[in-house]
Amino acid sequence: MSTNRLLSQAELVALKERLEKNRNANKTVVTVCAGTGCMACGCDAVLKTFHEEREKDRLENEVEIKATGCHGFCERGPLVVVHPLGVFYQRVKSADAKLIWEQTVNGGHLVNKLLYRDPQSNQIITKEKDIPFYKKQMRIIFGKNGFMDPTAINDYILLGGYLALATALTKMTPEQIIGDIKKSGLRGRGGGGFPTGKKWATCRAVKVDPKYVICNADEGDPGAFMDRSLLEGNPHQVIEGMMIGAYAIGSHEGFVYVRNEYPLAVKNLTIAIKAARDYGLLGENILGTGFNFDIETSRGGGAFVCGESTALMASLEGKVGEPRAKYIHTVESGLWDKPSNLNNVETWANVPLIIERGADWFASIGTENSKGTKVFALTGRVNNTGLVEVPMGITLREILYDIGGGVPRGKRFKAVQTGGPSGGTLIVEVAEPKIHASMVAHGDIRDEDEAVSLLDLPIDFDELTRAGSMMGSGGMIVMDEDSCMVDVARYFIHFLTEEGCGKCVPCREGLVVMLNILRKISEGKGTIEDIEYLEELSQVIIDTSLCQLGGSAPNPVLSTIRYFRQEYLAHVIDKRCPAGVCKDLVSHVIDNTCNGCHACLKSCPTNAIVGEPKRLHYIIQDKCIQCGACYQICRYNSIKRIKRGEGDKLQERARELWQPPLKKVPAEVA
Amino acid sequence: MTVAVDTKYDLQSKIEEIVGEYGAKSTALIMILQDVQKHYRYLPEEALRAVAKTMKLPLAQIYGVATFYRAFTLKPKGRNHICVCTGTACHVRQAVVIVDKLERDLGITPGETTADGEVSLETVNCLGACALGPLVTANGIYYGNMTVTKVERMLSEVLHKKHDSDTTEEAA
Ligand SMILES: Cc1cc2nc3c(=O)[nH]c(=O)nc-3n(C[C@H](O)[C@H](O)[C@H](O)COP(=O)(O)O)c2cc1C
Ligand code: SF4
Ligand code: SF4
Ligand code: SF4
Ligand code: FES
Ligand code: FES
Repeated sequence: MSTNRLLSQAELVALKERLEKNRNANKTVVTVCAGTGCMACGCDAVLKTFHEEREKDRLENEVEIKATGCHGFCERGPLVVVHPLGVFYQRVKSADAKLIWEQTVNGGHLVNKLLYRDPQSNQIITKEKDIPFYKKQMRIIFGKNGFMDPTAINDYILLGGYLALATALTKMTPEQIIGDIKKSGLRGRGGGGFPTGKKWATCRAVKVDPKYVICNADEGDPGAFMDRSLLEGNPHQVIEGMMIGAYAIGSHEGFVYVRNEYPLAVKNLTIAIKAARDYGLLGENILGTGFNFDIETSRGGGAFVCGESTALMASLEGKVGEPRAKYIHTVESGLWDKPSNLNNVETWANVPLIIERGADWFASIGTENSKGTKVFALTGRVNNTGLVEVPMGITLREILYDIGGGVPRGKRFKAVQTGGPSGGTLIVEVAEPKIHASMVAHGDIRDEDEAVSLLDLPIDFDELTRAGSMMGSGGMIVMDEDSCMVDVARYFIHFLTEEGCGKCVPCREGLVVMLNILRKISEGKGTIEDIEYLEELSQVIIDTSLCQLGGSAPNPVLSTIRYFRQEYLAHVIDKRCPAGVCKDLVSHVIDNTCNGCHACLKSCPTNAIVGEPKRLHYIIQDKCIQCGACYQICRYNSIKRIKRGEGDKLQERARELWQPPLKKVPAEVA
Repeated sequence: MTVAVDTKYDLQSKIEEIVGEYGAKSTALIMILQDVQKHYRYLPEEALRAVAKTMKLPLAQIYGVATFYRAFTLKPKGRNHICVCTGTACHVRQAVVIVDKLERDLGITPGETTADGEVSLETVNCLGACALGPLVTANGIYYGNMTVTKVERMLSEVLHKKHDSDTTEEAA
């Protein structure tokens, strides 16, 4: 397909102009999100229905149907936007697609039931940008996502894609590019926040050939999915960033290391690389400038440690993904002992924007030492889950309340966890001083001043570190009163004992010891000394581990102890789990608010629940295995998780109702 | 019921075909093993030997890689593959209740396969669709916002479909 090759910058510009001219701005375009999230909700069927309807009406020339990348609001998927009206429909099923076709595409009317309704104001909102979830966002990295088909390179070019590359190659020297990246203040989005320009400059200065540029798309932080979304929805922007970086550093070969758990990202990236090659945007003599560069993809094997730079490079070489000590930096000696510049997906995606709009523009966004935007994956116990791109420096309160819309089911915020397994858990509750009666009784009240100030914490690299957490890759997991902080700490340490490579002792052995102590505490067998020992051991592991996996592993433990010491003490002294999560310490009971909907009864694996429809139900304490199924099912908050052994105190009335006949029916009969 | 490994000759040519797609370079080793596993549903010893031979890499390196990465298994997997996400976002939405439920219903723990070779249960650390947590995949199909009741529906769907795939596989 050498005829497609773009031989110069002028040809690229001409192609863009041609595409613009052929585009009819008034043409109806139905965009359907086809990212992993919407795929999981059945967008395939929606797309199929639209295609069938179009064929039936013979409107192939009049209406365009476009499968786009992730819009970030995956929770409301499948999403459909009809242009040029810009009407935003959510939770669209295939039958709804027919309705949209008839009403909106053909009739120009809205389909009210599919529009977004703001849960707070109960207002119907028709345009995407007016939805509170998007209002406070600043979508620059994701700017193109909803408007292009990630598998169509022309869509990207139409939106100005690869012009930054052309500018870089034809009008800028490598030094100028590095100067701009430095001036922009861009810091790595993969976790550490290392200044990108500085990294490039060091790598460029090494006089060894060949050099490699690598894109870290391992995204091992469970609960983060912005890299997936970028690679799936706009792979060209990442490729373009890598190309500019390669030119600046003096590299001709690039690698993208993607998790195998992201099949769609792998697919769209592969298609994008091939399309770029067809246009001569990858390969030899790119745009006639004499610059050569190509990219290979490599799929990871599902190991968290492979996100670490030295382990990633070992894995790329086809070896076991073990980190090595970093007294020699990878920018000097990385992949096959050659200078290698590794950056995260989101870091690379920022590069074309900085070249295109200028370093000053970029530096005008954000805080003193953290520039630009950051994408967060807002998940967990929050109403609006999804990807949120915000300027650095925005407060937690704005993210959690204005964008996130608060906690579902009237529960209370408790904490937010940032930075993944290496990060920390920050207290955010007590903003509304609505304190659990049981907490007052047991003295679980926390330091309010500290709590309130954290809710107004401006989110950037340095502030998060100061608060005992870190930016990490941008996972932001919201927890409500149902999350136990001992359990969260145990969860992360367990994760890291499984994911550590086992090469060095402090991490391999130390984390197992920590895990055992945390297990002990969650079983009600811990002591106060155990908590102190956890803190001591944490310090040793931080100081002596070979790589940052071990070096930051104790963070979740330290931060939960720092902000939730009372909760640890409740487990240790009172043998009580205030959140009702630690199985060995709780009893499931039904309180008097039960309306007898009967739903829980069927979910119980041990037939521990008795009751008749429309009557108060009862949990037979001896039969309950605390599996939590009923708790998850009950929609009326009637099932409570209280201190072990105190079960029947709350169920007195129900017991009177159900205990006597129960005695007559031996368990075997049921 | 174990997965029948092709005769030696077939196996060698299948491996050569997979390796050929990427070229015998070590950067592709993990991807090659992923494809081998996709084909055989696990990594049979004979296949690993064939990979070593074809790629001219030491068998020790291949075994090292095959045992290091979580995605690989040296034991045969079941016909149906159920995978529960236990990533952080799913964990705080009580994925553990879902795992418990599947353990009870299938009578196996994660990493195991039912005695009849029908279903393997596994956990994964995040599938990137965290907004829909707790998340389960069954044979690659995503099931979001899972509850114990939905698990039952999913299981009957999966075990029902089994018959279709049975016939097509036998026909092929
Ligand atoms: C245990 C561990 C896991 C990591 N996982 C990732 C990851 O999944 N994605 C990523 O981009 N960076 C990850 N990092 C950070 C990388 O080592 C590296 O700093 C980063 O990719 C550099 O890119 P940046 O400068 O653009 O941030 C991880 C680091 C550690 C110690
Ligand atoms: S700290 Fe843990 S992951 Fe890092 S090298 Fe040591 S054992 Fe491996
Ligand atoms: S916690 Fe589980 S075992 Fe106990 S009553 Fe509820 S469903 Fe039954
Ligand atoms: S689900 Fe809740 S309201 Fe319904 S019967 Fe059970 S406890 Fe009562
Ligand atoms: S996948 Fe559709 S909005 Fe994220
Ligand atoms: S944590 Fe389950 S999909 Fe991400």
